[in-house]
Amino acid sequence: MKKFDVVEHTADIGIVAYGADLREAFANAAYGMFSLMADLEQVREETSRYIEAEAGDRESLVVSWLNELLYMFDVERIILKRFDVLELTNTRLKADAYGEKVDASRHELKSGVKAATYHMLKVSEDNGRCSIRVIFDV
Amino acid sequence: MARWDGPLKKIDDYRWEIPREYKSGMRVPGLIYASEDMLDSIREEQAAEQVVNVAFLPGIVGHSLAMPDIHWGYGFPIGGVAATRVEDGVVSPGGVGYDINCGVRLLRTNLREHEVRPKIEELLSQLFINVPSGLGSTGKIKVGKKEMDEVLTGGGRWAVKRGFGTDGDLEVTEEGGSLKGADPDKVSVKAKERGSPQSGTLGSGNHFVEVQVVGEIYEQATAQAMGIEDVGQVLLLIHTGSRGLGHQVCDDYIRTLREAMQRYGIEVPDRELACAPVKSAEGRDYLAAMACAANYAWANRQCITHWSRECFTRVFGLSLRQIGLEMVYDVAHNIAKIESYEIDGKKLSLCVHRKGATRAFPANHPSIPARYKEIGQPVLIPGDMGRYSFVAVGTERAVKESFGSVCHGAGRKMSRHAAKRGVRDADVARDLAARGILAKSASRGGLAEEASEAYKDVAEVVEVCHQAGLCRKVVKTYPMGVVKG
Repeated sequence: MKKFDVVEHTADIGIVAYGADLREAFANAAYGMFSLMADLEQVREETSRYIEAEAGDRESLVVSWLNELLYMFDVERIILKRFDVLELTNTRLKADAYGEKVDASRHELKSGVKAATYHMLKVSEDNGRCSIRVIFDV
Repeated sequence: MARWDGPLKKIDDYRWEIPREYKSGMRVPGLIYASEDMLDSIREEQAAEQVVNVAFLPGIVGHSLAMPDIHWGYGFPIGGVAATRVEDGVVSPGGVGYDINCGVRLLRTNLREHEVRPKIEELLSQLFINVPSGLGSTGKIKVGKKEMDEVLTGGGRWAVKRGFGTDGDLEVTEEGGSLKGADPDKVSVKAKERGSPQSGTLGSGNHFVEVQVVGEIYEQATAQAMGIEDVGQVLLLIHTGSRGLGHQVCDDYIRTLREAMQRYGIEVPDRELACAPVKSAEGRDYLAAMACAANYAWANRQCITHWSRECFTRVFGLSLRQIGLEMVYDVAHNIAKIESYEIDGKKLSLCVHRKGATRAFPANHPSIPARYKEIGQPVLIPGDMGRYSFVAVGTERAVKESFGSVCHGAGRKMSRHAAKRGVRDADVARDLAARGILAKSASRGGLAEEASEAYKDVAEVVEVCHQAGLCRKVVKTYPMGVVKG
């Protein structure tokens, strides 16, 4: 199954991430976001990080989760490419993420993402197919 | 995408009003500055509906405004201006945006095009090496925890104290490069952690350092007061903001204010418009944190200015005195400021949100540098990298009508992704080179995303502001070389 699609927005870029369940959709949203930042084919799984996110509702949890990952990228310079969502409720997420530190000699960085926004944010669950739409400020 | 079919009542050739009657809950009408030709593209997306949504904000006065570079943002439209009463109005982080104090800084040189052109390649390489750029780029300066607090309160002043630039630079920086009311305790540890490695970096996206040449001068004496003497003179334009620190401050406070908004019983049509009363603890905290991020951005532009000067002296083998590179001005275009205006004959303290809009104060305004008292504040309006940029000055009419604000750039007309489709960096670089513009980018796709086709024509945008009387055009510049983030 396709992990995500890119959606158009005048100044910015968004994605719709898919999954058989919400856990997979949350994982694919993270994958989609990092795909906008780097060519993930070039990224190895050399290190992992445990991540927790919290928010008031399911939609906001998407923003918290993705912005937590952006924070990690800025502070640790880690590009993440695989995400195991271990626990997911409407207000809380726990996950392991795998990737490696930026290596300028091997990684071609794209222009990237400033933040995940609440704009047009949508989480839907329909007949065993879940999707998450999120727009980034780039 | 759905077309916007709401009412746009023609006031004159450059002003279009969205009446309050359009939607119940609008506290003021909307007003969009645009030419008739622009209306069709404005209606292609929902930006005008965002002008309407902003009109719901408690305490908003005058109009919910949009400049001609309006395009669809999140919450506020890009190009949006809204002023709310400090007394009983709200402040909204969405009215500032994630890149707090994203702004532009212009420097003038004593060099002429024929002196720079033979060395442009070397100059760009030097700038590319010495100004850290690209996604998550990390800086050359180490800022520890304690020093970070000084950056956040001192801003440009901190940078000058550290040896990056001069007091003269601060004199011609909005707010002297240091916005008052900054309280580092209101900035989260996470925001500081993000900001620490990125101090003195350009970042990615539409940020750039551009070597320009003066192409046209509309007002000789006004240009002269800015140190711009003639066509062919070389200038330098720097565009960047507050990096990850600002993004985190915005994200943190949208969260806080969304919760606070419920407690205060405020309802808005879009959750990106999260807001709290200016005078509430949450509102005050946001403004104190926003001021920190604004100062971080001024420190950032100040450091980049210093390294750019080093590049010029190295490449040309001349002293800084010979080269010039004095600052013309530095202005924010994503910020909220407490300013005072006369509304219906009463002097009011207002919180002016400029989201992709530039402050444009007129001659003799108390908040502009002594040097510009006679001409008004320089307004810096960059276009896309393939065309041209403008320098203008603010007017009285802007103060009366748009809370001393004008446009901030060309405004996008298609998504970066769409712009990228089928366009490669190398093609864009070749096309630019054929027109005498050298471009370098730290990011893959960095040039393709910023190709001219992705933007409106900034000349049309500036012309609307000029004709509407919000600013006066002074100088038009052309790019010679650009380093993109």
